[in-house]
Amino acid sequence: MRPLKPDTPRRDPAPSRWGYRYQRLMLTPGFRRLLKVGVPLLIVGGLVAGWTAREANRQMLLDAYADMKSQIQQRDEFMVKLMAIDGADERLAKDIRTVLPVEFPISSFDLDLEEMRQTVAALPAVAEATLRVRPGGILQVGVTQRQPVAVYRVPDGLKLVDADGVLIQNIIARADRPDLPLITGDGARDALAEGLELYEVAGPLRARMRGVVRMGERRWDVILDNGQRILLPTTGAVAAFERVVALDEVQELLQRDVATVDMRHAHRPTLRLNERAMATLRQTSAEQE
Amino acid sequence: MRDLYQSQRAMRNMRQAAMQRGVVAILDVGSSKIACLVLRFDGPEQFGEADGVGSMAGQSSFRVIGAATTRSRGVRFGEVNAMAETERAIRTAVQAAQKMANVRVDHVIACLSGGRPRSYGLDGQVEVAGQVVTEGDIGRVLAECEVPDIGEGREVLHAQPINFALDHRSGLADPRGQIGQTLATDMHLMTVEASTIENLLYCIKRCDLELAGLASSAYAAGISSLVEDEQELGAACIDMGGGSTGLSIFMRKHMIYSDCVRMGGDHVTSDISMGLQVAPAMAERIKTFYGGVLATGMDDREMIEIGSDTGDWEHDRRTVSRAELIGIMRPRVEEILEEVRLRLDAAGFEYLPSQQIVLTGGASQIPGLDGLASKILGQQVRLGRPLRVQGLPQAATGSAFSAAVGLSLFAAHPQDEWWDFDIPAEKYPARSLKRAVRWFRENW
Repeated sequence: MRPLKPDTPRRDPAPSRWGYRYQRLMLTPGFRRLLKVGVPLLIVGGLVAGWTAREANRQMLLDAYADMKSQIQQRDEFMVKLMAIDGADERLAKDIRTVLPVEFPISSFDLDLEEMRQTVAALPAVAEATLRVRPGGILQVGVTQRQPVAVYRVPDGLKLVDADGVLIQNIIARADRPDLPLITGDGARDALAEGLELYEVAGPLRARMRGVVRMGERRWDVILDNGQRILLPTTGAVAAFERVVALDEVQELLQRDVATVDMRHAHRPTLRLNERAMATLRQTSAEQE
Repeated sequence: MRDLYQSQRAMRNMRQAAMQRGVVAILDVGSSKIACLVLRFDGPEQFGEADGVGSMAGQSSFRVIGAATTRSRGVRFGEVNAMAETERAIRTAVQAAQKMANVRVDHVIACLSGGRPRSYGLDGQVEVAGQVVTEGDIGRVLAECEVPDIGEGREVLHAQPINFALDHRSGLADPRGQIGQTLATDMHLMTVEASTIENLLYCIKRCDLELAGLASSAYAAGISSLVEDEQELGAACIDMGGGSTGLSIFMRKHMIYSDCVRMGGDHVTSDISMGLQVAPAMAERIKTFYGGVLATGMDDREMIEIGSDTGDWEHDRRTVSRAELIGIMRPRVEEILEEVRLRLDAAGFEYLPSQQIVLTGGASQIPGLDGLASKILGQQVRLGRPLRVQGLPQAATGSAFSAAVGLSLFAAHPQDEWWDFDIPAEKYPARSLKRAVRWFRENW
């Protein structure tokens, strides 16, 4: 019998339809690039993602990283062994060591220099501070100390003040710093420069001045040692005080029994006498009549 | 005609896209072989074709980067006979050429030799709209040509304006910008059977390729194997293929006539096969090794072994003299040439100023063919080989590849065809939006 299905006829070799399409696909530049770059990228990315998907692996990775980091940071070259403080007296140096509780030796990576600098600069006695790690493992702290220019009396004690009006430290007694002038009163710190100028122009009166008082946050009073008080105007206080000093030099005004010299009106300086002096004055004027 | 116009325009656009991509494939679907060339368009003259013909006659703009040939099994008389076989053969050729070029091609320009081509000469006449002839006038005069009855199931393959006349001044190559009143044109229309084209299109589509152009192989062979003065003065190119022999007559660089004889080298082979009682493959081998058309005294003494493998010793050891072989081949070749002569006479070839005849194609390699042809076709006969183009492999420079090479030139510089010009507005159907747009553009 003749076969129902014919034998496949002999054919010339030719690519199959799918083979032909495959080859054309492989000749497409975009597809080739995808295959050469995209697929390896995908495989590597997939492997990495699969490996890190497990918690233990991630932890291992983090531990290894931290370990290596600390190994490098703990090397001898990076260790800080002591602190050196420049420009501070003993007391301030002690304060600085108190506010910077660093346990040496420590790696310089663990030091937050900026924060430490701010801590030091926040001390009242410090005007400016620089911190750096010097070669050789030394933490160098350079400070500029505030210089006290006056003693400032407040209701609960005596304090030193620098030229900017910043309180530096407490002192126990006025006698601790007899070299510095004394100022007091509300708002005295804000007008510190004027108050100090009064001391400058005092001349011979300087020895008798007990202090200057800011009155009502606007004008100065000068207190002398026997309780005499010189009331100065709001503006031109220094000039008015110079007038008083001059009067004293010429007429020995303040040697007399005067309680108060009121210079608040420039045109009309006023004196207040003590009671006895007042009585004496009345008596003499009556006798003269 | 409207469909054809649109589809040919689409093909032109496809060609433009292929040019932009820079790679296009050339597919010569013949009866005995299918050749595929891959062209790359990135030459120095890609953008500089201002004065018509560049150096190397304009072929330096492309380079052949892939070439492949395969035996064609499903094609007879230049027409697709077995669809699947043809598709497989096209696939083989395209794949090999792609592999050689190492680039993927998506656009293909194909040629076909069969389909019973017929030529028509058309003429049209129109009054010039303004003072000077514009491109719109040319479009109008082309649309004005009276289309003959091309028959049922036939399709226009080429429609080339070959001559323009302006007020009794004929022979204008380019009438644009000239002043005149009456513009007339002659157009060469070539039709083939629609089913042939459709089959070929289907095969190409099955290979995931897009058609960017279609040409007649006789025309393509004429472009590549006729030299410039022959094209100018008048010549006929006879492309002797395996299953059909195409002829195209050129005059003033335009094809003015084309026809096809449905006989070719395969018929010679089958004559040998029948006459000597050998297998067709053996007959082909004998033809290519010992074939000829002019017998001499020496040929009586030259014996050819025509072995076969029947097992019969006597039968397998037969010999024939070369004279006998020539005696078998010559009548068939003569018949083909006589037929060509008839077609040429019908076309009025003898009235051309120059009557050069160029024989090309695979079957023109029979030794002594030029001698025989000059007895039948006239004295001015020569054998033609395709023009040398850049990058063409040595194996593809023979006369069998003249159609493929010609198609490459066609791809690089296609001739103006009817569909390259815009249809005038009045030819659009009434109430068409396109018509309104065109009217607006022309009158504003």
